[in-house]
Amino acid sequence: MTTTTAPPETAPAPLPGKERRARLRVPAAFLAGAVLLLGVAPLALSDFRLSLLAKYLCFAIVAVGVSLAWGRGGLLVLGQGVFFGLGGYAMAMHLKLADAAAAGETLPDFMLLYGTGDTLPWWWQPFANPVFALAATVLLPMAVAGLLGFLVFRRRVKGAYFAILSQALAAALAIWLIGQQATTGGTNGLTDIQGFFGYDLRDPVNQRTVYLIIAGALLLTVALARALFVSRYGELLVAVRDSEERVRFLGYDPANVKLVAYVAAAGMAGLAGALFVPAVGIISPALIGVVPSIGFVIGAAVGGRASLVGAVLGAVAVAWAQSTLSESFPAAWTYAQGLLFVLAVGFLPGGLASLGAVLRRRRSPAAPAASPTPATPTGETA
Amino acid sequence: MTVVLNQSFTGISIGAVLLLIALGLTLTFGQMGVINMAHGEFMMAGAYTAYLLQQAIGDAGVSLLVALPTAFLVAGAMGALLEWLLIRRLYTRPLDTLLVTWGVSLMLQQLARDIFGAPNVQTRAPEWLTGNIGVAGTTLATNRLFILGLALLCVLGLTAAMRATPLGRRIRAVVQNRDLAKVSGIATARVDRTTFFIGSGLAGLAGVALTLVGPIGPTMGTNYIVDAFLVVVVGGIGRLRGAVVTAFALGVLQSVLEYSTTVSVAKVVVLVAIVAFLQWRPQGLYTLRTRSLA
Repeated sequence: MTTTTAPPETAPAPLPGKERRARLRVPAAFLAGAVLLLGVAPLALSDFRLSLLAKYLCFAIVAVGVSLAWGRGGLLVLGQGVFFGLGGYAMAMHLKLADAAAAGETLPDFMLLYGTGDTLPWWWQPFANPVFALAATVLLPMAVAGLLGFLVFRRRVKGAYFAILSQALAAALAIWLIGQQATTGGTNGLTDIQGFFGYDLRDPVNQRTVYLIIAGALLLTVALARALFVSRYGELLVAVRDSEERVRFLGYDPANVKLVAYVAAAGMAGLAGALFVPAVGIISPALIGVVPSIGFVIGAAVGGRASLVGAVLGAVAVAWAQSTLSESFPAAWTYAQGLLFVLAVGFLPGGLASLGAVLRRRRSPAAPAASPTPATPTGETA
Repeated sequence: MTVVLNQSFTGISIGAVLLLIALGLTLTFGQMGVINMAHGEFMMAGAYTAYLLQQAIGDAGVSLLVALPTAFLVAGAMGALLEWLLIRRLYTRPLDTLLVTWGVSLMLQQLARDIFGAPNVQTRAPEWLTGNIGVAGTTLATNRLFILGLALLCVLGLTAAMRATPLGRRIRAVVQNRDLAKVSGIATARVDRTTFFIGSGLAGLAGVALTLVGPIGPTMGTNYIVDAFLVVVVGGIGRLRGAVVTAFALGVLQSVLEYSTTVSVAKVVVLVAIVAFLQWRPQGLYTLRTRSLA
């Protein structure tokens, strides 16, 4: 492992023995996580808590993508809500149509309510097909990200420009969805989803199955991201983040490298959105606008943007804190959220995952400053 | 014909508001590279300043005129404080300024909610800003003309300050080559803070202007901030001329599209237009020539 790809927590100049143990640590941690998520949690938690955890794990899936694109690639993705929303709406549209068909109707309930016509809008029709809908939950976000990324990266639009454009995309999609009340449910979104491919979501047993699917998807996403991190591509991505021009001069096209990370992150966010729908039973513009899009970044920032485990744990912790604290102390939570963000990004850029390394460096001031700097996007990257 | 005139005027007045907000950003974002998401909340601070002054003074006309300089100072002071507390530590990591200042903007919004309450408040417009002026068969609202005038005045003032004053020269020097400016004896840290003071102060002015056309509330900043950043991006980072042209162009485009389609479709089309435009000119309308490879 060269220093360019070493995550912040690895010690400088590892000994061979240490290195072997470090190598074993990753699969061991992954296995422990899998046992915890798939075995312990379903046994230990009540139905209610498990369904909450399912929701948090969806955010964690988004955070894996954020960690890939932002932590490793330096691409500040502020519009992940778009992809989460596309995945969520694709899934919700299919489930709404299936619910309607089960009830003997041709139109979803909200369309009947608004009474805006008796035919299904053309762009709803393909979503009646389960295979198309399932494929669309991941491929649609990837296609949108691919198009925007292709246009933006090819012209070397980067850094703040890219962040702001991705944010504007989130704003535009949310505004558009709210505006199309008759066909998208407007501000309410698509609500009251009852069935999931023939299974009744109101049944706690089926909710547990949904949880297991989500936990499995998270493990799969983490494994995929990890495989990307340690691959040659992962090294290239970090190289582009740290010195795009140098990578260009070496004969690579940084635009393609960034595109892959952005599209992969979008696919993960789409998958998360699709799984969020059966877990929570609703998808609405309130989940995909500018504010939730930045929210997706918070978890990763607090936990540690460059560390996969940090990003996942951060996303779960922040979502948990939000839903428990914001109910009892809404005002205090907003202050805490803001402060958390300021402190994490401003003073601990590696997130909580880097806390150990930072403290270790503090304790031994004589130690060489060789530990790799926390992955902070520099001014010119992204 | 009247429709065209009406829509263009609506567009120009949308543009004037955008311009006022974006003007401060061309300084803080464009010149200094700091993405200040709390800029919208500085605007909100200006709006609440106008509201408080009206409560205290009573006369709408006097309070408006007092509010303009006061809001500039209030928002400017907030900006300078933010720069001193946080942003000066982050000049090497511009992308992170976005996230940090977003945290600040969350807190400021909540602060406004705690102080003034979540519901929107409103100011009374002075009598001399409530009428209409008929021009060529169309009517122009005087409050919108006032905003347009204020925006143009700010542009002229800022241009003059940047071109002719020693401070403006120092700001330009720091932006063009920070290290060279420093060894030439310019106190770059102080210049940074002053630039931030002016940029944020301009947000305060924009806030006062907005009280003339809409309600004042804790979330008013978020409604404008993305659009304002887009103006700076399309105009070319740090280019005053670019911000002016872009603000009016986007304003008119938005209003024409809103007339022929809906508000939500117009927003989407404007964004598509911006992405398409960046294919043609990735560095924005007016580009600062530099020797940087990026």
